[in-house]
Amino acid sequence: MIIIVSLLVLAMLVAAVAALIYRDLLSAVIASCLVSLLASILFFFLQAPDVAMAEASIGAALVTAIFVIAIRRTKRYEE
Amino acid sequence: MLRVVLGTVVTFAGALFLFIGCLGVFRMPDVYNRLQAGTKCTTLGAFLTAIGVGIIEPTWFWKTLVIAVFILLTNPISNHALGRASRKSGVPLCEGSVVDRSQEFDGYEGRP
Amino acid sequence: MSGTVILTLTGIITAGILLCLLRLLKGPTAPDRAVAMDTACTVTTALLVLLALFFKRSVYLDVALVYALLTFMGLVAIARYLERGI
Repeated sequence: MIIIVSLLVLAMLVAAVAALIYRDLLSAVIASCLVSLLASILFFFLQAPDVAMAEASIGAALVTAIFVIAIRRTKRYEE
Repeated sequence: MLRVVLGTVVTFAGALFLFIGCLGVFRMPDVYNRLQAGTKCTTLGAFLTAIGVGIIEPTWFWKTLVIAVFILLTNPISNHALGRASRKSGVPLCEGSVVDRSQEFDGYEGRP
Repeated sequence: MSGTVILTLTGIITAGILLCLLRLLKGPTAPDRAVAMDTACTVTTALLVLLALFFKRSVYLDVALVYALLTFMGLVAIARYLERGI
């Protein structure tokens, strides 16, 4: 169990760094959605299903939709 | 006892399908091949995993059946939308592609 | 079904999520990354169902239910943006 949790934490860190360094903002939004997905699994491992449910619904669906609408109103590529 | 063995076999088959689908997403050369591998294998794998957990614990069966039906409804729709969007936004096909019939439809407005 | 078997299955599915993460890091265009994220979302739903069996609580299945319904919305938003916006 500790091996699986360590792998998930490592994957979450890699996805967060990727969301920082992408120049394409749509790819950064997709990577941040993956970060929130892995955070939801980690909350589930810590036996907090209500926090996991809130993280899944807000982080994976609502924030992604709002960011996509914001990118549509502004521009997609940074610099 | 037989019920637990049957549920374990079904759940193991589902997990194997999920892993093969992710391997296809990693290995395939093109967006459309990746969509096909990801959609088919992960839909069947998630369906088998949920049904297998419902077989192991019989009081949970209706809840897991609802989860399986939701996966079976929403996953092909979202993948179809992604494939159509990537075709219309002009992602090219891979090197060994033989035929491309998507430009013959009425009202096709994307860049080939 | 003992806990070791369930943890083995969870390890197999976690390896699949790591492969999806590698495709997300490597994919040349944005639709590749969207496909990798969609596959990871579906795999995560199955992983949550297995973890509910591991902790033996029936309440934990609600998280998987919410997850299967709500990731659909973000993916449809991304697909609509890719279809119209570029």
